[in-house]
Amino acid sequence: MAADARISNFGAKAHIALNDPKLRANFRRAMDGLMSKRAAQFADPDEWTALRARGAAIRARALAQLPELLERLEANCTANGIQVHWAETTQEANAVVLGILQAAGAKRVIKGKSMVTEEMHLNAHLEGNGIEAVESDLGEYIIQLAGEAPSHIVMPCIHKNKAEIAELFADKIAGLAYTENVDELTAAARAALRGRFADADAGISGVNFAVAETGTLVLIENEGNGRLSTTLPPLHIAVTGIEKVLEKLADVAPLLSLLPRSATGQPVTTYVNMISSPRKPGEKDGPRAVHLVLLDSGRSRVYGDVELSDTLRCIRCAACMNHCPVYTRVGGHTYTFTYPGPIGKILTPQLEGLDCAGDQPHASTLCRACADVCPVEIPIPDLLVRLRTEAVKPSAAAAVKGGGSGKSRAESLGWAGWTLMYGHPLAYRLATWGMALVGNWLPASAPMLKQWTSVRTKPKFAARTLHQLAREKGYGHE
Amino acid sequence: MPDPNRPKSVYFFGTCLIDLFYPEAGLAGMDLLRREGLRVVFPDRQTCCGQPARNNGHQDEARAVARLQLDSFPGDWPIVVPSGSCAGMMKTHYPELFEGTPDHARAVAFSARVFELTQFLVEVLQVRLEDKGRPVTITWHGSCHSMREMGVVDQPKALLRQLANVTLVENPREMECCGFGGAFAVRQAEISAAMVTDKVISIEETGAAQVISGDCGCLMNITGAAEKAGKRFTGRHIAEFLLERCHGR
Repeated sequence: MAADARISNFGAKAHIALNDPKLRANFRRAMDGLMSKRAAQFADPDEWTALRARGAAIRARALAQLPELLERLEANCTANGIQVHWAETTQEANAVVLGILQAAGAKRVIKGKSMVTEEMHLNAHLEGNGIEAVESDLGEYIIQLAGEAPSHIVMPCIHKNKAEIAELFADKIAGLAYTENVDELTAAARAALRGRFADADAGISGVNFAVAETGTLVLIENEGNGRLSTTLPPLHIAVTGIEKVLEKLADVAPLLSLLPRSATGQPVTTYVNMISSPRKPGEKDGPRAVHLVLLDSGRSRVYGDVELSDTLRCIRCAACMNHCPVYTRVGGHTYTFTYPGPIGKILTPQLEGLDCAGDQPHASTLCRACADVCPVEIPIPDLLVRLRTEAVKPSAAAAVKGGGSGKSRAESLGWAGWTLMYGHPLAYRLATWGMALVGNWLPASAPMLKQWTSVRTKPKFAARTLHQLAREKGYGHE
Repeated sequence: MPDPNRPKSVYFFGTCLIDLFYPEAGLAGMDLLRREGLRVVFPDRQTCCGQPARNNGHQDEARAVARLQLDSFPGDWPIVVPSGSCAGMMKTHYPELFEGTPDHARAVAFSARVFELTQFLVEVLQVRLEDKGRPVTITWHGSCHSMREMGVVDQPKALLRQLANVTLVENPREMECCGFGGAFAVRQAEISAAMVTDKVISIEETGAAQVISGDCGCLMNITGAAEKAGKRFTGRHIAEFLLERCHGR
């Protein structure tokens, strides 16, 4: 079942975002910066083409053998001393994490950045059970202070500008005077978090890649908070979706090149953590126990469809949203669910159902900017069309939850009429003749024209069609 | 020496949008081809490439209309299309649309014959244009499907740069979608409006008197918004623009 009972209401939320000039300026500026940084990283088109093909092949190979690789991952993690847990739903995953924490008597948790735990709404679940979870990634820390959800999967507080963060910190961090000095703001967060790392009973993190061959959890980050969260507390719980598995250790390097370059335009992240076991006898640091929670939450269903399963190749770099002309204008919160932008538009309807997020695949012009920059070649626009199709005419396999929920009698009739007109030359000739005759008399308030003319003039029907002109000029004969 | 691979005859697929709203652009496209000594055939039975249905998830309807186009261009001549979007539909999506149907093989063969107009003028005909027009400053708008489905990015600009009296100012936001997106403009009208408003501003900032494009969907969107906002620049389809320059109008 769905993680929660929310329903996407893209148009209404977009309306709010579009009328917030500060929000729009924040996103526009940030996305422009990210796009130019990424472009500088992939200035050599041949290198880019070859590397992304390799990235896509690595992810496709891992997915092609996903069930076996997950078993191998479990076996190798277990052999390394990492305890592996499986969760079918986000509720189950929350229960597993809570159970581990309660068994250890943990009350204070420090968290590294993890979108899967956002998907689970883990923090709220822990809080409801008397466990305090503090986000340690600076962006996540900021939105936790603000009581908000991430608006971007890599830069969770990208919707806020410096002044907004300064105000928030002055309000929420005891003893801090208002300052827009970035170093002072960062230092304040650092000071507030330091004690949390030292006091934490447990650290919770996400996983970028889980290597089946060696039972290694790869975690990349820039602030060192991920390393502290996973090494300082006596207990580390890593949470990941089942699709993050890779076959071999050698598969990591090309993806470690693609991911940060695509995401933030960095050649490499400041920290690359490779976690392969709890503290071993004689070692001086590291957690005493490491757990890995593998979450399905609808991914198996996605996996079951040969075309849609490309969705699972995603390495969460966010290049698609950074380059999306829709995301740039409406921001991440318009998408309601955890994953915004183009990847969210294909993932969310599959995880939550077309019945509650069926409007998202339509919130795209199919401009293909996302497909152009995806480092693992996910054909996002084609999957958007596939989901639009599932919404009105579910495939025999009933691949997607809520398939068919977008059917409407009026729309079906409209398309039947369209097919009649454009599928028969005589009908087409009659219809275009009629439209050329009366089209310009349609009032701007007519259905569809009303939306169109909100910012545009009416399209002008020509007096004669190209069919007529071509015949007159002798182009019509073979 | 004449190029033995140069076709003698071509088909022209006019597109449904041009048929109703911009027939002069279609006619100009055919005239440009005829000027190069080609026989240009405009099959009267043609209608629409089927993209609207495909993009809205109605694949059976898209196939029915696309099949009429497969029937309407029976010879093995190139099919030249004055729209990167419709060309993209026919070139990249017809094969998948007909996958598993008896029409698949001919859809694949059909798609191999599809060219976007400027692509055909540059790559196949290698046209040389002589500019007889007055000095003018323009900017180019590449459509998303032209650039990202047809790979047509430089060809139209190469043609425009052949024109001695035309100054082409590139738009730094050229790669960004204008917000048309077919039904998107109605389904997500406010987002579409925000996108085209930004596009119009970026064009205005180039200082160009005209925006030239190879896609009438984008043009209808951009010039409609520019006109409503009282902007000074106008828009033209590249076929019309090129033909006028060659005629000195």
